[in-house]
Amino acid sequence: MSDIRDLTAREAIDQIGRGALSSDEVFGAYRDASAADELNAYTWVADEAPAGATDGPLAGLPLAVKDLFCTEGIPSQAGSRILEGYLPPYTATVVEQLQAAGSRVVGKTNQDEFAMGSSNENSAYGPVANPWDRERVPGGSSGGSAAAVAAGLAPWALGTDTGGSIRQPAALCGIVGLKPTYGTVSRYGMIAFASSLDQAGPFTRDVTDAALLYHHMTARDPRDSTSVGHPEPIALPTATKLDGVRLGVPEELTGEGIDPGVLKAFHASLQLAQELGASVETFTLPHAPHALAAYYVLAPAEASSNLSRYDGVRYGLRIEGDGTLLDLYTGTREAGFGDEVKRRILIGTYALSSGYYDAYYGRAQQVRTKVAQDFAAAFQRFDAIVTPTAPSVAFKLGEKTGDPLAMYKGDICTIPASLAGLPGISIPNGMAAPPDGGRELPTGLQLIGPAFRENRLLDYAYALEQHLGFDGSEARS
Amino acid sequence: MISREQVLHVATLSRLALTDEEVDRYAVELSDVLDHIETISALDLDGVPPTAHVVEVANALRPDEPRPSLPREAIFSQAPAVADDGFLVPSPQAS
Amino acid sequence: MSTQQQEFETVIGLEIHIQLQTRTKMFCGCALSFGEEPNTRTCPVCLGLPGALPVTNARAVHYGLMIGLAVGSELAPRSIFHRKNYFYPDSPKGYQISQFDEPLCLGGELGGVRIHRVHLEDDAAKLVHAGASGRLHASQTSVVDFNRAGTPLAEIVTEPDVRSAEQAGEFLRLLRTTMRALGVSDVNMEEGSLRCDANISIRPVGSTELGTKTELKNMNSFRFIERGIRAEVARQEALVRAGESVVQETLHFDPRTEAITSLRSKEEAHDYRYFPEPDLIPVAITEEMLEAARADMPELPAAREERFLALGLVDELARQLAWRTELADFFEAALAAAAGDAAPPAVAHWVSDLVARIEQEDPADSNVTPAALARVVALVDAKAITTGAGRQVLEKLVAGGGDPDAIVEAEGLGAVGGEDTLGPIVAAALEANPDVAEKLRGGDMKPVGVIVGFVMKETKGRADGKEVTRLVREQLGL
Repeated sequence: MSDIRDLTAREAIDQIGRGALSSDEVFGAYRDASAADELNAYTWVADEAPAGATDGPLAGLPLAVKDLFCTEGIPSQAGSRILEGYLPPYTATVVEQLQAAGSRVVGKTNQDEFAMGSSNENSAYGPVANPWDRERVPGGSSGGSAAAVAAGLAPWALGTDTGGSIRQPAALCGIVGLKPTYGTVSRYGMIAFASSLDQAGPFTRDVTDAALLYHHMTARDPRDSTSVGHPEPIALPTATKLDGVRLGVPEELTGEGIDPGVLKAFHASLQLAQELGASVETFTLPHAPHALAAYYVLAPAEASSNLSRYDGVRYGLRIEGDGTLLDLYTGTREAGFGDEVKRRILIGTYALSSGYYDAYYGRAQQVRTKVAQDFAAAFQRFDAIVTPTAPSVAFKLGEKTGDPLAMYKGDICTIPASLAGLPGISIPNGMAAPPDGGRELPTGLQLIGPAFRENRLLDYAYALEQHLGFDGSEARS
Repeated sequence: MISREQVLHVATLSRLALTDEEVDRYAVELSDVLDHIETISALDLDGVPPTAHVVEVANALRPDEPRPSLPREAIFSQAPAVADDGFLVPSPQAS
Repeated sequence: MSTQQQEFETVIGLEIHIQLQTRTKMFCGCALSFGEEPNTRTCPVCLGLPGALPVTNARAVHYGLMIGLAVGSELAPRSIFHRKNYFYPDSPKGYQISQFDEPLCLGGELGGVRIHRVHLEDDAAKLVHAGASGRLHASQTSVVDFNRAGTPLAEIVTEPDVRSAEQAGEFLRLLRTTMRALGVSDVNMEEGSLRCDANISIRPVGSTELGTKTELKNMNSFRFIERGIRAEVARQEALVRAGESVVQETLHFDPRTEAITSLRSKEEAHDYRYFPEPDLIPVAITEEMLEAARADMPELPAAREERFLALGLVDELARQLAWRTELADFFEAALAAAAGDAAPPAVAHWVSDLVARIEQEDPADSNVTPAALARVVALVDAKAITTGAGRQVLEKLVAGGGDPDAIVEAEGLGAVGGEDTLGPIVAAALEANPDVAEKLRGGDMKPVGVIVGFVMKETKGRADGKEVTRLVREQLGL
């Protein structure tokens, strides 16, 4: 692999700043690699470097952007047939912000349709391959972004996380993924899946890059009523030890349901944390087992409403049918949406429908409160909560597509923090063999912090990262 | 747990023209999911307030100042069917 | 008592939508549209583009609070928006952002009708029939214009306290007056900034249970609403008297044919699947917001009514004028023009008389100016013309405008009065009617009308009746 693409984003920015490299050289190297992508990580790659400022703190570095983000004049399809070829007339706030800081969009990445999925197998544009083993999934829904960063096609990428869609693919691809505190990054221009859960976040090769990119993503956006920005400027992490750090391990998420290989790497990480000076204690998060159920009511419910606008009238796919209004709607949506999206629309509609609201949506909102209360109690005692990010390493393409519930259960570790709006970061913490045999694959360690405590979380993650010494270069061949 | 009829009813509400195969398959798959979701019905949630927003703020109000609207060409360029300066739809009354 | 003979009571609840007169839409910065070219006032938010998010208009909330204050509502310390989900071409998101069980205002009262709630929501787009330009032949297609989509609406729902079509009309006129006084809306039914649906039911007099109600929609003037309500009440009464029951449905009233037809669509009743709008955070009323709303409150009809009573107007007149801005404004303008030559109660009486004679809702739109009316009142007050002559002048003014004095001159309506002129005529009248004169002398004043009539005939109605009677008494020594 070329020298340029061996550099982390920060290193590249550094070298550009010193004149050792030009911004266009860096962009060109990544663009060419992206254009030659064999993983199907991209649905659109720039033909050339886009016009625009290359000065600014991000030095014109290429950025891969999940197709869920609206980018003016560039296809933004959310992994769906119903938005095939759609060119938005505006750009998402977070992308604009990063462009203002000097980022240049090198490509739009493949994803599960409307961010619904955990394997990128729900894309209307084909699945994405995991760079570590091309017969396996990269995770989802931000599979394309994760694969692109892991394979060295982009130094960093934007993804979105609703129930784990940044953290889980980061774990399966051996890279860093951060889901920030809800409200710290604007959702304006981010095609909505589940409004009260969706958050944009960075995929990077290391924790430093994640801090750097996230630093430029936070803002209070007047166009997003739910955005609050971040009360602290995000700093580059420096911690090398974990002295006095109290880590909590929820027993509900670190036992049954987690693959032995993943657990082994997890415990090794806990051991390392203790060696670095942290105290590690198990505790209980009583409503964690119910979080999955609540999530699979709330997210589909909000999605069922958010996706009503795809009706063939103002943009996107249009199927005329027999010429009636009913046929226009039902035919367009039937042809335009894939299985998983349809399943979630149906469940979501059911949960909100007359007679069922209290039992499903109402109760799920209450479970959400309980989960938040569980975390609040835990953060009285702990500085961060640690879990494996995903219960297994990357599984084979097609392995779980016949069993939606099995696919959903892959989110058990990531969903609780989503419900509570708390920040969570996944860092690669080792390798493990999959249960079906075969080469070892990356595992991920998740750290969850109290709201707005990203700086602390990044420091803990950085300290661990330095000592874990995970090497992801194999995937970047 | 969710019958064919219920799937059809909900499909109508959400404007999806499902095939017979889909109705059958979704009824099975969704029953599976709903079974799991049932775990929340056993919880004692008396007096627990629902969370509608995780962010604890109020009043993101916008001043009543006009901002530029989109040029018509920009929106029509993405529209599948345009006529008479508007978006063409089958009449709701006709069917 | 059989149903044939039973008396029924009408029970009406009104659901009113008012377009607020803000500069921009409810949830985005697009300027409100007044007849612009179609689809030139849209943005990602009001067009429902992927990724767009709503942000609440502070002035719309301000106007909502003012409406709440005007009707004495309880202003919710915290209210939230809900999504009302339904598919229709005029709904770009596939849901309307409205308020459900935590609205901005609860309770209140206006003109004796209790208010149930006031809440905010965004308006739908306009569906136009294709072929308007002549270019499209299909009657099976429509065209959507999203300029109106997202316009702020205040929805006001009354309790079922209205008991007649007249009362509905009166209430709506008072509501319009109030909204205009607040300056929050144009409230023009013809232009669509005021829309009203009526929920109508009947029940036997004395019953306290509510009958099955129907909903009457799409009426675009106060007169049509009154007529529609009357027609629907008649229809319901006929049904019940025939032993049938009223079916709950949505109806349309055609003012040309007076026919009531069902609007029931082919879909089943809507399941709106309300849930809290996750893209918006709660509205929490601060002291500042409350103060700002109070500071902007103008003189409301109730206060105006008090003022008119203090000027000496009788109750009904004070209310009639105060509850309609255009009448109150006209009255006050006439009073000002009279500059003391006419007393307020008299002016009020004549304004009321004028209103009864004209077609227009607003007397300012008639041919009679406030100054002209004031002059008529002054002339009558000074006995320069009789009351009867005054009415004649008013009729002429209504028909073709003009100057009252000129009309009096032209029509020869100047009162005939004074002993010199009237005295001999009264004497002649008494001479011509000796039996009447006899009775009068005897103290029986009943037939005095004969004498007055004689004098009126002689003077072509220009004599002042009271003056004639006085002269009769004088001449007879009574």
